[in-house]
Amino acid sequence: MITLNHYLMVSGLLFALGMAGLVMRRNLLVIFMALEMNLNAANLALIAFSKFNKIADGQVLVFFVIAIAAAEVAVGLAIIVALYRRKQTVNVTDLNSLRL
Amino acid sequence: MSIHDTLFWFFSIAMLLSGVLVIASRNPVTSAMFLVALFVFMAGLFVLLEAFFLAAIQVLVYAGAVMVLFLFVIMLLDIRGTQRRRFRWLGLAGGLIVAGAFVWELGIILRSPVTAAVTGQTDVGGGLEAVVKPLFANYMLPFEVTALLLLVAMIGVVLLSKKELK
Repeated sequence: MITLNHYLMVSGLLFALGMAGLVMRRNLLVIFMALEMNLNAANLALIAFSKFNKIADGQVLVFFVIAIAAAEVAVGLAIIVALYRRKQTVNVTDLNSLRL
Repeated sequence: MSIHDTLFWFFSIAMLLSGVLVIASRNPVTSAMFLVALFVFMAGLFVLLEAFFLAAIQVLVYAGAVMVLFLFVIMLLDIRGTQRRRFRWLGLAGGLIVAGAFVWELGIILRSPVTAAVTGQTDVGGGLEAVVKPLFANYMLPFEVTALLLLVAMIGVVLLSKKELK
């Protein structure tokens, strides 16, 4: 029998994977993909809560998260392209102009 | 073990494996392909949770639109697989510590039995109606604000993509 805890555990593991990717990777695009994984983990937890508590509001929230994630990806990728035009790199170790 | 349980384990293990491959593969295109797989398996989990509408949206928006954007940008920037740099043990250790601490914390929380508080009487279902009815009844204002946000994002992308920023 699959319970709420199973879904929460999968969601938490996916979130942990995303966080590890955020910290470990140096490629800006892959960091962005790890961020998408985090958003998806949150979506899974929301839908699981919505199903097991029998409220539809969680699903509405996921709908908003997906809409905003799409906007966020568009803006983020445009920023990455603009950055690449100026610096010719997407590696975060090379982007150190704010370093003291 | 019912078919539901089998599918749950299949989808979650496949999803987590593709997640590992997203952050482990050297080439961004490979990462993007495994991210598509992750989104599709996630949509399968949504179907198991009876959120059919959101599963469809997940495949259309994430596996479709978002990943096309990613692949277009990878193509435009012409990024090769990252050449072997000095391996950063600090980064690997940092990532493992952050992820490990999170999983440990999660284990403690989930060991205490969480029983779902039954607030509604009946299953809400996950068809279009179950999502859209509260959306246009209780969440009208956030819906409109989201529309505005999408407009702002579109203008921002057009501005950022201009040849020279002023």
